[in-house]
Amino acid sequence: MEMKRRNFLKTALGGGLVLATGTAGANSASASTQEHMPPNAVGILYDSNLCIGCQACMTACKEANDMPPEFTGQQTTWDSPIDLSAKTLNVIKMHKQGKQLNFIKRQCMHCLEPACVNACPVSALQKDKRTGIVTYNKDACIGCRYCQIACPYNIPKFEWDKPFPQIQKCQLCDHLLKQGDYPACCSSCPTGASLFGPVKDLKKEAERRLHMKPGKAYEFPVNRVEKDKTVTHKAKNYVQHIYGAEELGGSQCMVLAGTDFQNLGLPDLRDRSYVSDLHDISKGLYKYMLYPVAAFAGLLYLVKRNEDKEDE
Amino acid sequence: MSEAKPLGGRIFTLPFLFGVLILLIALFFLAKRFIYGLGPVTGMNDGFPWGLWIAFDVNVGTAFACGGYAMAILIYIFNKGEFSPLLKPAILTSMFGYILGGVSVGIDIGRYWQMYNIFLPKYMNIHSAMLEVALCIATYCLILVIEFSPAVLKRFKLKNIEQKLNRVLFVFVALGLLLPTMHQSSLGTLVVLAGSKLSPLWWTKLLPLLFLFSAILLGYAIVVFETSITSVAFHNQKELKLLNKISNIVVWLVPIFLIIRLQQVIAQGALDQIFQGDLIGNVFLMENILLIISLFFLVPSQNRKNPKTVFWGAFFVMLGTAMYRFNAYITGYSPAGGNWHYFPSTPEVMITLGIVTIEILGYLTLVKLFPVLALPTKKEKAA
Amino acid sequence: MQHNDFEKVKESLGGISRRDFIKFCSVVAAGMSLPLSAGKDIANAVTNPNRPPVIWLSGQGCTGCTESLLRPSTHFTLESLLLNLISLEYNETLNAGAGHQAENHKKKMVDKYTGKFVLVVEGAVPTKDGGIYCQIAGRPFQEILKETAEKAGAIIAIGSCASWGGLVKSDPNPTGAKGAPEVLKGKTVVTVPGCPPNPYNFLSTVAHYITYNKLPAIDQKGRPKFAYRRLIHEDCPRRPHFDAGRFAESFGDEGHQKGYCLYKLGCKGPVTYNNCSLKHFNDVGTWPVNTGAPCFGCSEEDVGFDIPKFREADLTKESIITPSATPAGIHYDQGSGFSAGAAALAGAAVGAAAGAGAVTVKHMKSNPNEDDE
Repeated sequence: MEMKRRNFLKTALGGGLVLATGTAGANSASASTQEHMPPNAVGILYDSNLCIGCQACMTACKEANDMPPEFTGQQTTWDSPIDLSAKTLNVIKMHKQGKQLNFIKRQCMHCLEPACVNACPVSALQKDKRTGIVTYNKDACIGCRYCQIACPYNIPKFEWDKPFPQIQKCQLCDHLLKQGDYPACCSSCPTGASLFGPVKDLKKEAERRLHMKPGKAYEFPVNRVEKDKTVTHKAKNYVQHIYGAEELGGSQCMVLAGTDFQNLGLPDLRDRSYVSDLHDISKGLYKYMLYPVAAFAGLLYLVKRNEDKEDE
Repeated sequence: MSEAKPLGGRIFTLPFLFGVLILLIALFFLAKRFIYGLGPVTGMNDGFPWGLWIAFDVNVGTAFACGGYAMAILIYIFNKGEFSPLLKPAILTSMFGYILGGVSVGIDIGRYWQMYNIFLPKYMNIHSAMLEVALCIATYCLILVIEFSPAVLKRFKLKNIEQKLNRVLFVFVALGLLLPTMHQSSLGTLVVLAGSKLSPLWWTKLLPLLFLFSAILLGYAIVVFETSITSVAFHNQKELKLLNKISNIVVWLVPIFLIIRLQQVIAQGALDQIFQGDLIGNVFLMENILLIISLFFLVPSQNRKNPKTVFWGAFFVMLGTAMYRFNAYITGYSPAGGNWHYFPSTPEVMITLGIVTIEILGYLTLVKLFPVLALPTKKEKAA
Repeated sequence: MQHNDFEKVKESLGGISRRDFIKFCSVVAAGMSLPLSAGKDIANAVTNPNRPPVIWLSGQGCTGCTESLLRPSTHFTLESLLLNLISLEYNETLNAGAGHQAENHKKKMVDKYTGKFVLVVEGAVPTKDGGIYCQIAGRPFQEILKETAEKAGAIIAIGSCASWGGLVKSDPNPTGAKGAPEVLKGKTVVTVPGCPPNPYNFLSTVAHYITYNKLPAIDQKGRPKFAYRRLIHEDCPRRPHFDAGRFAESFGDEGHQKGYCLYKLGCKGPVTYNNCSLKHFNDVGTWPVNTGAPCFGCSEEDVGFDIPKFREADLTKESIITPSATPAGIHYDQGSGFSAGAAALAGAAVGAAAGAGAVTVKHMKSNPNEDDE
């Protein structure tokens, strides 16, 4: 809310013209995805067709991030979360279709236009300018949980049972990346279902898979998208869509699957982000704080005038 | 016009003591909240991270506290000086409502010891609607305290300060008109970001406008409600005439609000969802039916001359509009993934009741101690 | 290894071939996760006539650890190996001599090899009442141990009793028994816990020291990492049964007969660090779980001789993150349900407001315009 005096004078003079260009129209989805893609954007490509539900990624995530086991559901002997939570940053879930088992991995999508980053009043959630990773800083956080309301995938979780709580979510093992390592879920995946790498390379790999002939054997990269380590699988049928490529402006983590994404619990979302809706509103009303300042000036005048009238 | 005077009379009446009892119970649960955390004390969860405290105490509560704002619009913009006697009590209610709304936020947020981070430039996120709401409400609380201070200064006969204040009061009044406009609409902007998680029966890009509208509506309704009760309770019904005039405004605002809402629902192709018979469809119907009922009380012109029907009309406006704002935050909200349920827990409701009780007890105490109400005192009546 | 050196010990090893001997040393090397080539280094070191001797002190022990070292017999008489190759100069069970003769020999060896000899401690150290509850040659064991430890090159505590107090330390511990590391504070004490430990764990440690003149990597409790780095649970052959939820519920039941996981019978594998599940005992691949007996955590302090044998292990203790065999489903009902108390309170509040309203309206004058106060 701070405004330099120079800016104020500038905009006060050029007011009318600026107001005319207030509300922006919607850009085409792919153009906006490009403009929001950070230069070294990294992400995870999760291929449900390759996942065998071994849950090694869950164990690796817990160890890499020092998270405790979670005993929900009926079992108390195993780490058995039923969903992401303040103790589980990465979860494998299973969808049964007759005898067919399909798995889905849920973690933060690291969106290109993160609603949580826009929402947070104290910038506790920030999108890294180079890698695009959405990180969380508990020293800034006030615990208002607006990020939870904003996230379309319901990713940020809160430590409800602690007197001094914080938000918990996947941060793409940012602490490991800083040491030259990469996300634990990808480094522990034996089949190549979870693949780490630059988003543009992941997208190319995803496109390659969508064009595969079902039943034919192909080489699939394991752990990282650079094909230095591969395994051979027979390709399965893919739903012809890369989930996360365009949804709400696109995200750096993407999903491929052999069954409807909604069967796997992924929400059906439009291409234009709700963050852009907010930008429309704020540009219309708060651009350069012109309307508020003008309104304030008008009100000052009115109130003073009516007060003086009263005194007469 | 008669001047405002302290009402006098006993403060520790029976109702007052009953209120203190409620307060003590609420304080007990509040202690539990701070010792054990939010989870054990409230019904909030990862699917519904905002519960009664945000959706009601802050969202509806600050709208109830828009009496001062609504009256200021009439008096200072439309120059209807005859409503002046209603201003001071409205400002008092507003002051309590907003400050306690802020207190509710302090109770609700998880990392309350860092709450001041919103004031630190290094942390501020200027793109966040939540920041706008927080800073704007904080500033407005200050404004309300300043606007109420003449009554306090009068009582303590601090003429000097009072004079200086009166000279610059118009600045604060202007702010007091600007700030609620900004933050009440931002409260609507907050849930625009919820996007597909909010049912199209509430979600619209016009949410800021609708929330501003509902705040003004609620402001008038609460003035009618409160003034009616205090006038009857303190045995002077002369101001009820003014309330009738307010109802002339309300009777126009309600249909406009309903029409804009309906149009937005139709524009999103969600009309059929109203009659689906599920919770979302039913609460939508209920909130709008309550508003329509208020119109039954207010539309006939002779009803608007009768304080009884004016009162009930305002009451239904209160119910319907409060429900609208609450539904936009909670009932219309369906988190992505999983079947999440939320219902406030008993401690949660008790703490809310405690806050409402503070408002009522505080209002009663201050009108007895300070010149707020322009009613003859018991002494004068006896004479 | 000099040809002559090997010839000297060949007799006492029962005529083992040089090749077999080196093979044996390679196995010892592999057990410590050293490269196989290290086998040659070990062979050289243990046949070197200038190798340092071992002084073996016994406190409050059952001598089981000594016995366990004498058990392996598949290679050759390890007894001979130990006694001759590792130059065991003093061991109360195995001493040829006795009485003053044995004590004097010990003193001589200690003084001759000060700073070089390996001190092995077996059994716990009583400390109550000046340590009088275990005395050798008229002196409290506590005193002997401290005195000898001062001059040792390396100190190894064998068995749970010497490592942390073991059976002797369990409640009520009338003699104030303690493990050697606690008595020898400030000194590096390698511990090889177990009741008894796998003899190879001990043997390899000593061989490592003799070969490289330093101890193998140890953890915070002094245990060699090559043997005690992982939980028994992590390498248990019955782990798939645990992961899939197949348990023996009582001794002799169908699950027990099928060899299912013994967690519900109190197996402490999930909270015990040791290599029993990998190395087994007696060179015949047998260990408790194999025979259907749940592990009771004999080598783990605060588990063995402390937690009741048939009480289920606390899986949260070592943060075992084992996912369940079946992942979670897609949708679950979550969150708080309807609360009657809350609804009642809220209803009461709204009712009160309506009530106040009704009372107000009752007292209202229909036409306030008539009023002219």
